[in-house]
Order: sequence, then C-alpha cells, then structure tokens
Amino acid sequence: MNNRLLEIRNLEIDGESDEVWHEIIKDLDLDLDRGEVLGLIGESGAGKSTLGLAAMNFVRPGCRIRGGTIRFDGQELTAQSETTLRKLRGVRIAYVAQSAAASFNPAHQLIDQFSEIPVVHNVKNRQDAEADAKGLYRRVLLPDPDAIGYRYPHQVSGGQLQRAMTAMALSCRPDLIIFDEPTTALDVTTQIEVLTTIRDIVREFNTAAIYISHDLAVVAQMADRIMVLRYGELVEEATTREMMSDPKMDYTKSLWAVRSFKKETETAATEINPVVKVDNVTAGYAQEDILKNVTFEIHRGQTVAIVGESGSGKSTAARVITGLLPPRLGNIQFNGQVLPKSFKARNKDQLRHVQMIYQMADTALNPRQRIRNIIGRPLSFYLNLTGQKREERIRELLSLIELEPDLYIDRFPDELSGGQKQRVSIARALAAEPEFIICDEVTSALDQLVAEGILRLLDRLQREFNLAYMFITHDLATVRAIADNVVVMLQGEIVEQGPKTDVFSPPHHEYTELLLSSVPEMDPDWLNELITHREKHGVMASTSTS
Amino acid sequence: MNKILLMILQRFGLGLLTLFVVSVIIFIGVEFLPGDIAEALLGQGASPENVAALRKKLGLDVPAHTRYVNWWLNVIQGDFGTSLANGRDIAELIRVRLANTLFLAVVAASVSVPLAILFGILAALYRNSLYDRSVNIITLGAVSAPEFLVAYVLILYFSVTLGWFPSLSNVDADTSFFERLHRVTLPAVTLTGVILAYMMRMVRASIINLLASAYIEMAHLKGMPKLRVIIRHALPNAWAPIANIIAISLAYLVVGVVVVEVVFIYPGLGQLMVDSVSTRDIPVVQACSMIFAGTYILLNLTADIVSICTNPRLLHPK
Repeated sequence: MNNRLLEIRNLEIDGESDEVWHEIIKDLDLDLDRGEVLGLIGESGAGKSTLGLAAMNFVRPGCRIRGGTIRFDGQELTAQSETTLRKLRGVRIAYVAQSAAASFNPAHQLIDQFSEIPVVHNVKNRQDAEADAKGLYRRVLLPDPDAIGYRYPHQVSGGQLQRAMTAMALSCRPDLIIFDEPTTALDVTTQIEVLTTIRDIVREFNTAAIYISHDLAVVAQMADRIMVLRYGELVEEATTREMMSDPKMDYTKSLWAVRSFKKETETAATEINPVVKVDNVTAGYAQEDILKNVTFEIHRGQTVAIVGESGSGKSTAARVITGLLPPRLGNIQFNGQVLPKSFKARNKDQLRHVQMIYQMADTALNPRQRIRNIIGRPLSFYLNLTGQKREERIRELLSLIELEPDLYIDRFPDELSGGQKQRVSIARALAAEPEFIICDEVTSALDQLVAEGILRLLDRLQREFNLAYMFITHDLATVRAIADNVVVMLQGEIVEQGPKTDVFSPPHHEYTELLLSSVPEMDPDWLNELITHREKHGVMASTSTS
Repeated sequence: MNKILLMILQRFGLGLLTLFVVSVIIFIGVEFLPGDIAEALLGQGASPENVAALRKKLGLDVPAHTRYVNWWLNVIQGDFGTSLANGRDIAELIRVRLANTLFLAVVAASVSVPLAILFGILAALYRNSLYDRSVNIITLGAVSAPEFLVAYVLILYFSVTLGWFPSLSNVDADTSFFERLHRVTLPAVTLTGVILAYMMRMVRASIINLLASAYIEMAHLKGMPKLRVIIRHALPNAWAPIANIIAISLAYLVVGVVVVEVVFIYPGLGQLMVDSVSTRDIPVVQACSMIFAGTYILLNLTADIVSICTNPRLLHPK
C-alpha cells in the first residue's frame, strides 16, 4: 500500500453550539491514493468542509477532534505538534476555499500572498517564488500573467481570483489539495473555465485532491471516486461512473432525482393586456446604464424567468419594477396603466400588487419579530385587517404554505429552517393579495431537495391564485422547471426572449447557447466533450473578464 | 487620489459645521445659567443700579444674538476677546493653559496608546488564556473605578505615604521639562488607567473580529506562524477600527482631563473652564469649549482619514 497518501480511520469531530457539544462527523473512514481525486457530496450541514479540513488536522474554532486517526503519507497527524502541522500546511497539503474574494487578504497584492508560502516555509526565495507565480498564473490561464499578481484582490474578478487561488495552492507543489466548493460562487460560464483549469492542473502535477461540492454534476466531472455524506455519516461510496449509473442507497437516489420537478402545463398568454409591461426601460446608477432599452411583458398566471450572469442587470430590472430605482427612460405599466416611476409616488394599491421574495430569507425577515407579526403586517397595512380577522387570515396563510399554524405562529425566524423561512417570505408576499410577485433567486441559498419543495409550492400557489411571477435566477435547471417564458440578458440588454420551448431549443442565439451548454450535466464525460466541442468550434471563452 | 482628497475635504467641512453648532449650543447653554457675571462679580448685596452699570460696561446689555454674532465676527479675525472677569486677553490666557493640558494629554497618550495596542493584540492572540482573563479583569476594574477615586488613591499612596510624587501638580513657565514630567506623573497615570482599559478592550475586540475572517483562516491553512498571521494578515486590516478607538480615547483624554486637573489643581484648560463657568465668564467658557470641541472633531477627522487611507479599495482603485 505504498500508494496510499491519506488514511482517515474512525474520525469523530464535535462542534459546540450554546455550550453543548454535538457530533459533526461520526465514525468516518476515508482513503485517498496519490494522484487520485475524491469527491465529497452532500447537502449543507453534512460535514463535507469539516472532513476536508480534517485532512490537514485543522478544525474551525468551536470544533474539536474527539477520536480517530488521520494518517498522511505514513505520518499520524493527530499526534503532531502545532509546529509540525504548520510546516505541512501550504507545503504538502493545500486548501482552496469557496469564496476566493473573502479568502484573499484585501490588504496585500496577489503575488505577495502567493510568495509568502514558499518564502516562509524556506522552499524558495522571494525572487524564485515570484517567477514561479507568474508561470503558474500563465498555466491557470489568467490574463496578463506577468502583471496580474501585482493587483489587489478587489481589482480582479471572481473567476480570476479563484484561479489565482488554485495557483497559490500549487506554490509548493503539494501532494494533496482540498478544493472546498471552488466554483459555487461563480457564474456557469466562468465555472466551466475554472473547472477545466483545476482538472488539468491536478492531472499535470499528479496532485491528489479532495473535491467538495453540493453539485453532483460538477463532482461527476472532477472526481475518480465519490463519497456521499449526510449528517456527518457516510451514505455511500463508489467510483464516479458506478455511482452515477447505479446509486444504491435511497438518499443518493433522491439526490440524483432532484431535478425531476417540472411544471405540469405551460401557460400561454391568455389575455391581450399583460399584468406587467416593462416598456423600453433604461436605468442605472451614476453615469452608468445598467439596463439598456429593455422591454418585456408578464401575463396573468405566467412565469417569466430572467436569466443572465451576475452584472447582467437582472436585479436592476426588479428594482425598476418595484420603483426602488426610477428609470431614466421608459416606464412600467401595470394592467395597462403607467405606474409612477418611484415607489414613493405610488398609492397603496399599486404597491400592494407588486410583491417581492428575496434570495436570503435570513436577512429579509426581521429576526426580532414573530411569524405572526411578519405575516400580519401587510394584512393590516394593505387590507386594514385587525383582531380576529387578521389572526384567522394569518393562520390561513400559514396553512397555505404548509406550515402548521399552531406550531409556527409564535416562533421567531431563527427557530425555522432555511426552507421554512423562505416559505414565510412567500406567505408575507401572498398576504398583500398581489397579482404579481418578483422572486429574486429564491432557491439559490437552499439545498436542492428543499429548493424543489419551494418551487412546487410556488407552482401550486400560481395555479390557485392565477399569479404572475417574474423569476430572477442564474440557475438554468430552475428555469427549465418553472418558466413559461424566458428572457435572456447580457450586459443590460435582452439577447433573446420568448416561450421556454423556443428559447431552449435550437437554433439558439450564440449567448444562449453558451449559457445552456455551460450547465454541468450528470454525465462524467460531459466536460471533456464540451471542451473538445468548443475548441473545435472556437466558441467564445468568456463573457465576463472584467 | 482626487476621490480621497474630496472625501477628506467633505469630512473637514462637516467638522466645521459641527463646530458652529457646538458654539451655538454652548452659548445658549451658558445664557440659560441663572445669574450673569455682573451679579457674580458684585456679589449678593449689590444694588440693581450698580449691576446694570457693570452690565453696560461689559457690553451685556446688548441682546444675546447680537453678542453672539459679534463674538463670531471677532473670532474669525482671530480675536477671542477679553475675559469679563479680569479683562485679560483670552488668547493669551488660554495659550498657557492649553499648552499645559496638551502636555499632560501627550504624556498620558504616549504611555497608554502603545500599551493598549500591545496588550490588546496579546489578549486577542492568547484568547481565553490566563493572561487574557487576568488582563480582562484588571482592565474591567480600572474602567469601573471613577477617575477622581483613582486620583485620590494614587495621592494617598504615592505622595502621602511614600512621598515619591507631589500631590499638587502646579507648574508655571519656569518649571523645567523633567520637573514638569515628575509633577504630572500622578495625573497622567490616572488618565492612563482610565483610557488604557477601554482602548485595550476595543483593540482586542476588533482583532478578534478580524481573526474570524476567511482570509485569516486561509493564512493558517497556508501554514503561516501565529505571529505572522497577526502582524501581516490581521493588523493591516485593523488600522481603521484601531484608529477610531484611539481617536475617541484621545478625545476623552483631552476632555476628561477636567476632573483630573481639578483634583490635582493642575493649571490646565479644564481648570480654567470650570472657574469661568462659576463666574459666568462667557467668552472664556466659549473659547474653552471651542477648543475642546475642535480637538474632538480634529481627532475624529484624523481617524476618518486613517481609515480612508488604509482601505486598499480606495488606495488602489480599479
């Protein structure tokens, strides 16, 4: 067993919350050979990151390793002193974090943060380290590799930072790199490039890797072998191909089947007048126009999905419709009537009919108010409901979002799970009895199974109340599931729009094609084939290189 | 770079505005005090005619708002006027007192600021250790004790019992530098005790806050030694909060000096102000408060500028 690099046995890790210790990792084994890539899959709270960090014998504050052994290259890590471990970290085991933007120190240039690893560990001197950095920057396809290192983190885009971090992990040519959700925060088109870079690098340097992600399709591209975790326990382990084609356990199968939800019928526009019409709107901040001559309509009972990468103007469109950002040109029409540009000039009824549900239910719900007040406020504000009537309506709304009223009405948001909080946000929007709801990335912060529940709920409510939805999302799987019409945006302009079936079936607009083909698929060969295909046809490599 | 300059100018303008508002508040405040300087000077037995005559002589018969405007017009020309109580030039009166107060403040600051940063960083670094806990208890105690109490306790031990330092810190123009230093030791120690604790705790809190950031975890995962993580990764991002803490503490130092000066009979600005309030000597009170307010504003302005200039986003725009 000379080829064995990492061997974890009976690992048990505890975490502390409110002075009570509870298990995060329960009796887990993990093996990794040299040059092998292991995928760790699971929902949030499954213990993926904790396990990944444990490979370096590192635990976050508030956690402790209670038992088990971590053997790295024949050396037992749990018995080592902090100094010995320190000499291992960065040199033989490196870490690539989820948010490169947060994990690079804002006060130093990229190349300084690269060089300090080999310099502090006495592997290279400063000059050699900088030369090596430039070489690796070139290798991970960063633009202007000789100069980019002298920039500060905020001067570089998210995708570029993620590559710079991968380069940094390689600075001492480690035997093992832990990638912790390295592409989760990126747009799909950028994700492809970073995934390709990471995979090529891992192969070229024959580095072993632990690849952590909640996105099965991504892991399928990267890993030789996959471990599925849940509640800190191993559910199933197999080679990638075996796991993809023949998952054994029910939980694994449910993960695989997550994207099965699809809206039953597609609703075509039934009436001539749309509920909401965005008419030739140009809007932006300071001198810059974020939206340029944007026109689209949303009809009763219909869901229009606005699709695009970050910075494409999706959320700005929502701000213009709600009146938070008055447009420079054009207007917003509601049932054929032009709405005042600013929300301040709109009357209660106009405000009532346009409601919003946000991405982060955590920040959208007042943590100091009970559910009763959160849902009750729009009832008294818009509909002048009081006393018994208000109470009854709150209970009715809670039943509508499938939360037992007696159980939840007196709770605070903190006492709910992520999905439940999002349900309360939905109830709050519904309380105003609107005709139109804007859903801004409402499922992005949720695990897939939970997200699907939310989508089903929204779909049911739409049919029951004949609601119009505007769905802002970067997740094309969600769009496929719920949209009737699709609006594709790029840099503030609409590239293509129409019924979902038209937009999503060929021939595509060039950008739509790029977006669609960039969504990872479950097939382990997908990335290979895509790259080969793109190289052959010379598809634009990136649209966001700011 | 222009953007930074603009921001600094903006802050400066706001500072001036604050100063103006403060002057109005002080003026109105002193006007509301019962009695005026004429009554204070002539005593209770004075006849109404005498009081009225003195008022006229001092220019107090003019309506308050006219006096206020006149006062401003003079101040803009650099003339703080003369003391109503003794007719001396206020600028001259204040110059000596201000120098004394600043001397005391600088001595206290140059001891407490470096100590606070050092203790704060060490406490953050060895969080929940014995050192951290004992420093916490000691500083908490120091913060809780009122400064006059600390002052009297110090006098009791170091000047009455041991006789190392004088209990009265009177200095004049002829006192040599080292003699001054010796005399202000006890007031300076009192002041240090009060602000050191506060500053140290705030430094500790802001460093601990920073230590929870992702880039600090990254530095650990890169195998950086603990000290390097603090000095190279945490500190450069900590200057802004630390500058704010120091500015507020120093401002407190200059203003809080009033009590300490009174206890040690130190001839500083605080003493002067307290005396002038009791004699209703409005121009002097006004001048002193303007200096106190100006110091406060200036220190906060400096903290603002430090936070702006250590922010890489502003320093290295895209």
